[in-house]
Amino acid sequence: MADIFQLLIAGLATGAIYALVAIGFTLLWQTSQTINFAQGEFVMLPAFLILAAMNIAELPFWLAILAGLAAALLILGAMFKKLLVDPMLRHGVLPLVIATIAFGLFLKESVKEFYSAEAQPFPSLVPAGNLSIAGAVISLQDVAILIVAVVAVGALQLFLSHTRTGRAMQATAQNPTVARILGIAVERMILYTFLINAALVTLASLLITPVYLAKFSNGETLGLAAFIAAIVGGFNQVRGAIAGGLLLGLVDNFAAAYLSAQYRGAIPLFVLIAVILFRPQGLLGRAEERTV
Amino acid sequence: MTPSRNVVERVLIILAAAVLVAAPFGLKSYGIYVLSLWAVMTIAAIGLNLTVGYAGQVSLAQAAFVGVGAYTTALLTTGGWPFGLAFLLSGVLCFGIGWGLGYPALRVQHHYLAFVTLAFTTLAYLIFRNEVWLTNGISGIVGIPRPNVFGWSTAAARDFYYFCLAVLAVISAAAWWLVQSPWGRAFVALRENALRAASLGVDTRRYTLVAFATGAGLGGFAGALYAPLVQFVDPTPFSLGLSLNLLLMVIVGGAGYFFGPFVGALVAVFLPEWLRFTEGFYLIFYAAAVMVLLAFCPTGLLGLVDRMLEMHRRKLDRAATVAANGATR
Amino acid sequence: MRRIVLSALVAAVIGIPGAMAADPVKFADVIELSGAGATVGTNWKNGVELAVEEINAKGGILGRKIELSHYDTQTNPGISRAQVQKALDENPYVILGPIFSGSVKVNNILAQQAEVPQFVGAEAADITQAGNPYLFRTSLSQAASMPKIANYIADDLKAKRVAVIYVNNDFGKGGRDSFVKEMKARGIEIVADISTESGQADFAADVVKAKSANPDIIFVYTNEEESARFLREARKQGVNVPLIGETTLLNQKVIELAGDAANGVRGHVGLSADAPMETIKAFRGRFEKRFGYVPDHNAIKAYSAVYAVKYMTERIGKFDRKALAKAMHGATIETAAEPGILIDTTWDEKGDVDRVSFLAEVAGGKQRIIQVLPKLAK
Repeated sequence: MADIFQLLIAGLATGAIYALVAIGFTLLWQTSQTINFAQGEFVMLPAFLILAAMNIAELPFWLAILAGLAAALLILGAMFKKLLVDPMLRHGVLPLVIATIAFGLFLKESVKEFYSAEAQPFPSLVPAGNLSIAGAVISLQDVAILIVAVVAVGALQLFLSHTRTGRAMQATAQNPTVARILGIAVERMILYTFLINAALVTLASLLITPVYLAKFSNGETLGLAAFIAAIVGGFNQVRGAIAGGLLLGLVDNFAAAYLSAQYRGAIPLFVLIAVILFRPQGLLGRAEERTV
Repeated sequence: MTPSRNVVERVLIILAAAVLVAAPFGLKSYGIYVLSLWAVMTIAAIGLNLTVGYAGQVSLAQAAFVGVGAYTTALLTTGGWPFGLAFLLSGVLCFGIGWGLGYPALRVQHHYLAFVTLAFTTLAYLIFRNEVWLTNGISGIVGIPRPNVFGWSTAAARDFYYFCLAVLAVISAAAWWLVQSPWGRAFVALRENALRAASLGVDTRRYTLVAFATGAGLGGFAGALYAPLVQFVDPTPFSLGLSLNLLLMVIVGGAGYFFGPFVGALVAVFLPEWLRFTEGFYLIFYAAAVMVLLAFCPTGLLGLVDRMLEMHRRKLDRAATVAANGATR
Repeated sequence: MRRIVLSALVAAVIGIPGAMAADPVKFADVIELSGAGATVGTNWKNGVELAVEEINAKGGILGRKIELSHYDTQTNPGISRAQVQKALDENPYVILGPIFSGSVKVNNILAQQAEVPQFVGAEAADITQAGNPYLFRTSLSQAASMPKIANYIADDLKAKRVAVIYVNNDFGKGGRDSFVKEMKARGIEIVADISTESGQADFAADVVKAKSANPDIIFVYTNEEESARFLREARKQGVNVPLIGETTLLNQKVIELAGDAANGVRGHVGLSADAPMETIKAFRGRFEKRFGYVPDHNAIKAYSAVYAVKYMTERIGKFDRKALAKAMHGATIETAAEPGILIDTTWDEKGDVDRVSFLAEVAGGKQRIIQVLPKLAK
């Protein structure tokens, strides 16, 4: 029983990270039809930006986090949109997909060459420590991850539904043409989504890197998890990304513990294929119509 | 296509063929190995080009098909079967798997195919790695023999290279025939506007499936050549990274251009070697080059050539028009 | 291929008297510089470079300087094979590396065909079983180190239930197989047998599985980065049974990455920069000065391999690959005769090494030797 509780908490914590990454991914797809194949590398990069700020610019941790966030907003938000997405979108979805693949590769290799090919320790915001609940040992880190993720998602939902800008962004996501007619600065709204994505991935990076250690290859698994979470949950709903992420974290942990360890990576894939075949709009998504 | 352009194209092809045939004489074993690898990758890229470039579907499963082909050939040839049979079986098996995978997956919108194929590749890798009774797992299959073609042994590096070149030539010819045939034209219709094609009575699903499955089959053939080339098959190369690499090859060369895969594979296989002196920066250059290329010319290198030829022709036309106008002014 | 190498050899033998003056001798270093093995490969590479720099500064081997080339296997056995092929094209005197057992198993055949001696860092037990007379280890094989750690577990720790966690590659599986065999031979029960992935980042489920089997100790046999992640997760989940391992677990890099979580870990260490020996202490000082960090056992392996080649070549008095290989079998090199070897080493007929080794523990963020274990054959 204690084991199941342990796995539950661990699964939810990992799932919360997946959810954060999946939300950003979903937002980008909703507002600008961008399928960002580099989303995993987007989560990998902020950790290294922060490490560079600490080790090269010798900033204290909290200041390095701010510096890293600023750099992430610039590179993964504004520059990504202006230099990569905008020029590509004219040509269609396929070139953009390829471009994001290339961008992910670029980020990964740059970190490997310019920082290090080896894993690096990353300081944790939360001190190491354990709580004992119902016979299971729960780490403070997992609890912190859950709390931070919940707060972040809650704040995002509030922003999206209760502020003018947030509602304008939602309108842009649902129907950009009409939004433009209504006088919404669509371009700016799209830029905001990119910035929000950059902030979300930085947060995810801060939470997950102390556990995974900072390594240039971290993006691979996280990226795949983000896609699966987004699709399984519902590609066109933020709620879907959250549900998908949590579900994926739980499935992954329980499958690893109780089913074959060797095929643990396959279980999420089976879920993905099943969802795509039988409920393509995702568990919580709306069915998409095709525009003619 | 103006007649002069056709002639230029033909001359280029003959020149390229000549270079390919003469190349091994200036190279050591490793260089010949890289050339052979280029030939193998080109075959896989031609397959992917059918799916991506002609039928307009994003597939990330090509690595899995190459892997299936490689393992099939490895298992059969080390079990004593003749290479020719193993080769054919690899292609047919992959065609079948492609058909089976594509049938349900193509029901959904095409960006979803990317994810299904992504899942399939990861799954295939896990199966290669875990099913030790079949694939020998992480230890891989060693000692794969090189084929004996009607008494000519291809064991030596140079001989095997010519063998690869021959297979590439045959497959290219077959692909050319396919593309020029009504099937090929249906593929292009699909790519340009699937909805309109459907409204015209083209069975989009059937044709997309054929493109995808054929692409898979060619991946299988590539794998079948890969096994005797490296003479060792393990799960490591058949991962998502290879699928992405093949996709980049097709795009960089020019999706939908017949010779796109050749150029793309050339870049992907040789660039790392040429840039090896930069010790690891080559992937950064490669990725950056792809992004820049896509921003300016999403139709790839051959698209760039096309565009330059087009600009040149237009300049000539304009000059002729100005001259004609100037005469009347 | 063989023809070319043979004629090159003949030319070399004929040309040696004339070439004594200036021709550099080629060493090919085929090693993991990227991918999962980047950490160990980089350490190995640095060890080789330090040795080559030192030897060249003193005039080289038999008057010829060493010309060193590195080839990146990318921790991919297929690529390692191509890189060895590329290295062999250059006609090297010896090949150093790779470390990962999977790569070694694939490419040593090529080196054998070309009759080039190869000094590898791999520890999987079966690489010396294939009868390649040109293959030499630079570290204890799993078959030699597992009995030592098993004795410690059985006699000192008196454990009856053991959980095993290993990485699903040649190295990990080979180690797990040897270890399980030794445990069975001592009547100790394996209560959990957990396989993990190379490059795995999330160990929550694996720690839960290990804990719930209620073991007396947990034996951890994964590669460096994964070991660090496992240790951190174990600490997070409050695992309080002893964590026992082998050289990789007590590696300096693991200690650095795992931080506090590494304290209390114990294990058998074949080579260590913390060994209580003058030669190793001096080497460590030189390495730290040159590269700015503490060397790990892979650096020691590589450094001693280069010096082994130097010493044996000088002993036979000429650059003859076949003679070198023959002389290596059964050779013992002592630090008194060649301080570069760092630790007395004997090579047997199969290419395996025999050395003293150590029992170590991690305390206060450092590795500490608690016992010196004798050679198996003395």
